[in-house]
Amino acid sequence: MEKDQLFQYLLRFGDNTLVLGHRVSEWCGHAPVLEEDIALANTALDLIGQTQMWLGLAGEVEGKGRSADDLAMLRDAWDFRNVLLVEQPNGDFGQTLMRQFLFDLWHDLVLTELQNSAEPRIAEIAEKASKEVRYHLERSRDTVIGLGDGTAESHARMQAALDLLYPFVGEMSAPDEIDLAAHEAGIGPDLAEIDQRYRAALSDLMGEATLTLPADSFAHKGGKSGARHSEHLGHILTQMQWLQRAYPGAVW
Amino acid sequence: MVIAKAPLADIWAWLDQVPDPEIPVISVVDLGIIRDVAYDGDTLVVAITPTYSGCPATSVIAIDIEAALRAKGVDDLRLETRISPAWTTDWLSDKGRAKLEAYGIAPPNPAGGPDRCPHCGGGDLERISQFGSTPCKAQWRCKSCLEPFDYFKCI
Repeated sequence: MEKDQLFQYLLRFGDNTLVLGHRVSEWCGHAPVLEEDIALANTALDLIGQTQMWLGLAGEVEGKGRSADDLAMLRDAWDFRNVLLVEQPNGDFGQTLMRQFLFDLWHDLVLTELQNSAEPRIAEIAEKASKEVRYHLERSRDTVIGLGDGTAESHARMQAALDLLYPFVGEMSAPDEIDLAAHEAGIGPDLAEIDQRYRAALSDLMGEATLTLPADSFAHKGGKSGARHSEHLGHILTQMQWLQRAYPGAVW
Repeated sequence: MVIAKAPLADIWAWLDQVPDPEIPVISVVDLGIIRDVAYDGDTLVVAITPTYSGCPATSVIAIDIEAALRAKGVDDLRLETRISPAWTTDWLSDKGRAKLEAYGIAPPNPAGGPDRCPHCGGGDLERISQFGSTPCKAQWRCKSCLEPFDYFKCI
């Protein structure tokens, strides 16, 4: 695998956790009950911690002296490599937890495989992150089932969230040349195989949650390649990067 | 000038005096995050593993460890972060588990929840939230004494 491809591959993991971590942190102080507020903030914290590992390694691989902070705070939207799903707005609590579940399920499958990566530094990060993500998945899965198979109101909101977010599911497991190169080199998993397991698990769980998967499998793409991010990413960056843009080099 | 290197047993004993900043009743050694202490030439190398990758206490712990060792005269010192093998609550010391419970935090349990209420010892318990006041804890409640309590998540 070419060095630049490996760099791009690592940015995908780091940008997924960075952007989702930031999104989830937007709930801090706003969640419906205190326990959920704490749960969301803790999830965001884990994701930002994982970001430091992924982007730290990405910076090392790139070899231009950029730190995890430089990569997080000083790139513009077109250089981000997260999937479109994680940059979608929070919406209501149900929509946030549906987004979390759709991502956690994929994240857990991929991290499990990455523990066998031929690149030992990737395997180490995956081993660490996997324990945290399994816990996230447990919670988002239980919450999606509870709200889906809940009241008429919660069911309707969860179905609306699924309908809204389902077109962003396909991008995660649709391999492009970088994913294929990573798989070829023994560094990353076979995404086609991940996709099969993902869809089987998703279908089972939506049955439990009494929710109906949309029939149309159209997938929006362009996040992980950086070609077409949604308009939401730029708005996230204006908030997330504001301090470093206004006061370059400011430190804690 | 020749400076005597402190014996490793002393270093471990000193580290066992450094409290966890969030749960000060247990030490960083009790927590199981000190993975290795060794000399690389004259440099003392302390390998630390984070509990959770985003735990904000991690950097405070590193500062506290460095300050404690320097106070004992260890000047040639390097701290290393080691993420693999990943931290597990199996590494909590028995002493640490007992201290946690006495402090009102139920120690981790492979069954996925606390054994008994750390306040009254009751066994009729319910989970309030999978998460708690720090990344390593969840919130539970005892249905006998009705007190909520922290549970140290088992990972």
